[in-house]
Amino acid sequence: MISFTLNDKPIKVDADPKMPLLWALRDLLDMTGTKYGCGIAQCGACTVHMDGTPIRSCVMPLATIAGKNITTIEGLPSDASHPIQQAWLEHNVPQCGYCQSGQIMSAVALLESNPNPDDAAIDDAMQGNICRCGTYPRIKAAIKDAAKNVSTTNVDFSLAKNAGEKA
Amino acid sequence: MIELFQQAADNASIKQTKSVSRRDFLKLTGMTTSGFVLGSMLSVSLPAWAHGNASHVGNNTLNLFVTIETNGRVNIVCHRSEMGQGIRTSIPQIVADELCVAWKDVHVVQGLANEAYGSQNTDGSRSIRNFYAKMREMGATARTILEQAAAEQWAVPIADVYADDSFVINKNTKQKISFAALAEPASKIKPPAPDSLIYKSKKDFKYIGKPIQIIDLPDMVTGNAIFGQDVTLEGMLYASIERNPVVGSKVESFDKAAAMKTGGVVDVYKMPEQPTPVVFNPANGVAVIATNTWAASQGRKALNIKWGDSPHKDHDSAEYLAQLNQRIVGKGKTIRQGGDAYAAMQQSQKKIVATYTVPYLVHAPMEPPAATAVFKDGKCEVWACTQTPQNTQQNVAAALGIAKENVTVNVTLLGGAFGRKSKADFSIEAALLAKYTGKPVKVIWSREDDIRQGYYHSISSQYFEAGLTADNMVNAWIQRTAFPSISWTFDGATDEPSDGELSLGFGDMPFNVDNLSCETHKAPAHIRIGWVRSVCNIQHAFAQGSFVDELAHAARVPTQKMWHQLLGDDRLVNPKDQGFEYGNYGETLERFPIDTKRLKNVLDDVVTKSGADKPTANGEAWGISAHRSFVSYVAVATKVRVKDNKVTVLEMHSSIDAGTVVNPDRVRSQQEGSMIFGLSLAMMGEITVKEGAVEQSNYNDYQVLRMSQSPLITTYIVESDAIPGGVGEPGTPPVAPSLTNAIFHACGKRIRDLPVNKHFTV
Repeated sequence: MISFTLNDKPIKVDADPKMPLLWALRDLLDMTGTKYGCGIAQCGACTVHMDGTPIRSCVMPLATIAGKNITTIEGLPSDASHPIQQAWLEHNVPQCGYCQSGQIMSAVALLESNPNPDDAAIDDAMQGNICRCGTYPRIKAAIKDAAKNVSTTNVDFSLAKNAGEKA
Repeated sequence: MIELFQQAADNASIKQTKSVSRRDFLKLTGMTTSGFVLGSMLSVSLPAWAHGNASHVGNNTLNLFVTIETNGRVNIVCHRSEMGQGIRTSIPQIVADELCVAWKDVHVVQGLANEAYGSQNTDGSRSIRNFYAKMREMGATARTILEQAAAEQWAVPIADVYADDSFVINKNTKQKISFAALAEPASKIKPPAPDSLIYKSKKDFKYIGKPIQIIDLPDMVTGNAIFGQDVTLEGMLYASIERNPVVGSKVESFDKAAAMKTGGVVDVYKMPEQPTPVVFNPANGVAVIATNTWAASQGRKALNIKWGDSPHKDHDSAEYLAQLNQRIVGKGKTIRQGGDAYAAMQQSQKKIVATYTVPYLVHAPMEPPAATAVFKDGKCEVWACTQTPQNTQQNVAAALGIAKENVTVNVTLLGGAFGRKSKADFSIEAALLAKYTGKPVKVIWSREDDIRQGYYHSISSQYFEAGLTADNMVNAWIQRTAFPSISWTFDGATDEPSDGELSLGFGDMPFNVDNLSCETHKAPAHIRIGWVRSVCNIQHAFAQGSFVDELAHAARVPTQKMWHQLLGDDRLVNPKDQGFEYGNYGETLERFPIDTKRLKNVLDDVVTKSGADKPTANGEAWGISAHRSFVSYVAVATKVRVKDNKVTVLEMHSSIDAGTVVNPDRVRSQQEGSMIFGLSLAMMGEITVKEGAVEQSNYNDYQVLRMSQSPLITTYIVESDAIPGGVGEPGTPPVAPSLTNAIFHACGKRIRDLPVNKHFTV
């Protein structure tokens, strides 16, 4: 039995201690927001936070998370009010959406450690998150907007900006 | 042409849509107490099972595209699969516009597999192209019925009322009545004849042509979006399957006991032997069934399968490509001819020759394939991230030996697809295991499974030869291509490119050259070949776009000028005039001609707007290319820096003419995605095969572009009122040649064999 904190709630999981956190989340706890993409920490789709630091849950055995604080995409506001979520809405970032939980968790962690990242810092922090649809330019723009904390309230859901088009 | 492959794979081809009688229409749409249901005029008779399977649209009887509930909710069906192109937003945009419903009232319902919708094969960049007119008709029909219902209530002529924002309004009295209040009376109105419908004019569009946010966006940023991998059913088991590394090899033995000893494993099952041709049948293999994914994957490691022989066990991609390159320099089978290219070549002052190659590629969508199935009382229900629900339905039924009517296919969101999820193999696996266990089973493909068990983009060699006159005009042109055909996957016999594949940027070459010969060579297949985003346009556009640049260099003119010279005067090209049976993406040349004016226009547009004709810093340069595919026109300008043997892509600009655009923001996002998809394959995409087996396994050795390699991307959309063309694929083909041309102009190194990382650090 492994105990840890998941999205601010204490939790116990009865499973093989070698089982990666990803599969405990998805298969045992029915929290499917965290995605499987590679299983070898190459793509970042499974990114969650452990004590505030982004980790790849697909290679993190349950044994190593005992007593830790884990935050998943479900731990962000369900009304999408986090500045990163708001910026994602404003830029209409996702295409298929599959990698976006991981992208968002990496971006949230970046802004928590570096509130004003430049291009190099964004590249560095997001380098481990693959998007096969090609949303990188919008992710970068969204992170910069979130950092500026602009227009994070009253987002108009009806019409997107012409994201991706240069001013 | 993709649909031709689909049909080859199906025992029964997807039925064409037809009109139905009014009696059938009423029967299949149904009238309910909770509101009125508008069915499609295009439907064929609806199978009986569908009527009982309408839970996904609330309490109403299953309808085809529009349902209006008495609480004001307007359900609009999207019958095409969402894989990132935004179709679950674009299709409803079209219907909602003509329907005059407020966007906030629209609820999008994902259509089950159902022939009544017409083709649901989400491929070939054709969802909007094939359904734009029909979706407008669906919206206009519903609106007219609502207007009629209101007019009857007020006892005024229908001409005195109009619909707007979920209400019908009396022009004279300004009285309003909501769609919700009209739902029931409208259900008693006779649907109008399609030719009596009045459509909006472009200036009145509220949604068509507007950058509406994708409807799944809130779910995608909160982790609530459900993909194929996410489907969870009560009491569900998880399966992981070890499949043959070489096509055709069979399981000779395996250690069931060892796998069963793994904690959490509940069963081990040898999959049925895969028939030949392979089609979409699951590969030979052994499934490990467990209480969770991790346990299944651990049990699989203990299987110790001994694999049998295969006729493909000696396939070596490097040797094979060398053979193609040898073959391609000789005269091949002519598929299109004009004048006498060989005689003219002899009279040329200068001859330019080049061979271009593209390796095998794999789709590698972020979500590996996954499907969940339950089998009960002779019926099967499947949930899958499939591009082709109808084909999945047919294949699952055939594999289970039950009638197609007894298979329900639910389409989840697709975590990327790019053609991989057109194949029913993973859904068939889930269905077979559900039947075997009697429990719900989810089959999870690992990334390694996805990379090694693909339907690959074909390995290819292209030979180009042109003769220049003394004044540097091209007077002779010979082009050849050789690659294993997708058709082999379906017939196990084809050993040369098909007309369908040659219609993808080869037999439809648009240049105005008097003496032309287009030829092919044989190339037998040894691994499963499939379609990857833009298919054979990848290799054909790479070769053609590179060769134009090489000719420009030889003739000492700008590449843009060489394109103009080769394309000649504004004209419509008909490859049939020179003997080639051109497919034109399933469209007639009357509706969608090959228009050189539109191709020149996107090229000029991107050059002017990007500044690709302006001087650059030392070590930096632009490359350009253009291509027509999926009846749309795209040109790309790419700027690179080459320094210390490293290529950095600085900027990419693309101009697209796709005719009428429904959602310009999703066209932009598709262009952005196409640039990055094209860069991935050009810079680093390569699947190699040794001893019949794919050598790569995951994103560590099949690399794709990451953020730090992603350039600034700008998209220009040509304003057009032409019929909508394709969008998902046409952006990809011109990317690779624009990149390698830029590299050449930056440092003088011409890359003719992709990927670029064989020559440079990327």
